Amino acid sequence: MSRPGPGAPMRSFRAIAVAIVKGFLRDRMSLFFAVVFPLMFLVLFGGVFNYESSPKIELVQVGRLSLGDGLPDGAKEAFGQTFDVTRSDDLSAAVAKVRKGDADVAVQMRGDTLVAHYTQTDQVKAAVTQGTLKAFVDGANQAVVGTPPRFTLSTERVEDRSLKTIQFVTPGLLGWAVAMSAAFGAAATLQGWRNSKLLRRLQLSPVPVGSVVAARVVVTVLIALGQMAIFVGLGMSAFGLQLTGSWWMAVPLLVAGTLSFMSLGLLAGALAKTQEGAVNLANFLVLPMAFLSGSFFPLDGAPSWLRVVSGLLPLRHLNDGMLDVMVRGQGPSAALAPIGILLGFAVVVTLVAVRLFRWEAD
Amino acid sequence: MSPGGGAAIEVLGLRKAYGDLVAVDDVTFTVREGEFFGILGPNGAGKTTTLEMVEGLRRPDAGEVRLLGEPTWPRNPRLLPRVGVQLQASAFFERLTAREQIHTFAALYDVPSARADAWLERVGLTEKAGSRTEKLSGGQLQRLAIACALVHDPDVVFLDEPTAAIDPQARRNLWDLLRSLNEAGRTVVLTTHYMDEAEALCDRVAIMDRGRVLQLDAPAALVRGLDAPVRISVAPHLLPAEDARRVPAVDGVEDDGAAVVLTTRAPSAVLARLAELDALEGLQVRAATLEDVFLDLTGREYRA
Repeated sequence: MSRPGPGAPMRSFRAIAVAIVKGFLRDRMSLFFAVVFPLMFLVLFGGVFNYESSPKIELVQVGRLSLGDGLPDGAKEAFGQTFDVTRSDDLSAAVAKVRKGDADVAVQMRGDTLVAHYTQTDQVKAAVTQGTLKAFVDGANQAVVGTPPRFTLSTERVEDRSLKTIQFVTPGLLGWAVAMSAAFGAAATLQGWRNSKLLRRLQLSPVPVGSVVAARVVVTVLIALGQMAIFVGLGMSAFGLQLTGSWWMAVPLLVAGTLSFMSLGLLAGALAKTQEGAVNLANFLVLPMAFLSGSFFPLDGAPSWLRVVSGLLPLRHLNDGMLDVMVRGQGPSAALAPIGILLGFAVVVTLVAVRLFRWEAD
Repeated sequence: MSPGGGAAIEVLGLRKAYGDLVAVDDVTFTVREGEFFGILGPNGAGKTTTLEMVEGLRRPDAGEVRLLGEPTWPRNPRLLPRVGVQLQASAFFERLTAREQIHTFAALYDVPSARADAWLERVGLTEKAGSRTEKLSGGQLQRLAIACALVHDPDVVFLDEPTAAIDPQARRNLWDLLRSLNEAGRTVVLTTHYMDEAEALCDRVAIMDRGRVLQLDAPAALVRGLDAPVRISVAPHLLPAEDARRVPAVDGVEDDGAAVVLTTRAPSAVLARLAELDALEGLQVRAATLEDVFLDLTGREYRA
């Protein structure tokens, strides 16, 4: 009769961890959702939107624009960069074109007044159109008066000049990918092991509960770090992603994030009665969270109540923390507050999940 | 097959209720060391709940369990290496092969992997060692589950309906394996709702229904205690019913057209007389079985 020796907890921890890793790597579905699916979004955002310069505004010019003659050469060039000009003789036809959305603005000189017919459909373009046209009118006035301007404006972008879309989308999409695989992994494991009675079987083996939990946590953290390596590797090699100084703080951030998403998965696994139900519930929690946490687009323009809601979500803090250290060039300390919030979230939700947990599906 | 030694399992006044439903009601029994013990009963009789309380998976509302002299609730890590359990054929890690499963369980009990391979061989799964459990048949899964329960060579093994949902051929194969398990003094406890299985394998059987133990004894003793008559059927053209009634010691005669059936409590006298009458061709003798005991105890009404 053999009795477990002192090395037993380590050996059982390793055996369970290896079993989970093999189960994960052999599950095409979970591999797809953990790696391929989020990468598709990375390629989409990084590859497609990255090379698109802001589109020109389509301007229909009716008749001659007499103020253009007095402008300096530089201004004419800037005008050409902002506007894609087509000419027309019929004002009503040009306005109809704008109304239908085929053009953004129609302009005509009425005496010394430049009249612009624009559409409010795209508010950004509308604002750019009005601002640019006003600047040209001001420039033309100056040219007529002949006095050099006293005040000038010079703009400097805060971020690195090379900052591209890829810089913003990589941390957000990585956060979403980690949230999915951690929550699904915890939910599916808890629910599946409970339904197959494997949990009971383990309870009747001499394995310490801590070894089982540690194995699942360590595997999920390793998967998250693997996701980070793939995302950052692809971003840097294919889309020109550039990491800033303390990017390595993203590692503890991801560990803390993984723990809080696992706690959500545990909650889903404790609540649901079937494995499918647990995965669906995890999905129901993670996808809206990804939208509200700025994984797909920034929330700067969102209403304030939405930003309050988003402040309650762990993914929001993971995304903010990773943006700060990975691309915004902030120091390591910028990650400390998000890490604290993520760990706190993990503790609270895990306690709730433990209270709701049942050993068996009834 | 009379096992010596002390008690491997002592159960005293065990009770468990779920709300108003009393699943296990004042159950008491003792399993001797080295004994092959069966708990027999229809679905919902309380077999599994009883077993789970004995294993230490559930806390009894009342009563006491001693397994190898120790309490099983709360979880008793000192005891667990000496106990093997087969809960259900699905209690495996997902997407692992048969070999990986049993090697994992060997690691959980800190026994060498070579022992795991030996068990795989013994349950006849060496050829299937590289197949994932999702691809194994019901009988193969049961054998793997049993091998995983025994990989650490436990003193006591619990098997919960090990032949449920597998075909009759595979069931017979499994019996041979199960019969060999209590060699070397190992104690085996098995639940089943198959009478023939309990009769073929168990030294003693507890018949349970509605949460209670109705009878507990060796299968043969239970059948004897039923005192049911032996039924002898004879071909009608060899022995017409009216002649059969004149055979001494016959209690009753039925003629269903296909056979004349004599019931008697003195079968040897009746058989001797039938031999004199030259009516033995195609003769069938059916003694009472555990099934008759079971039906006598639990009734025949249909239960969903």
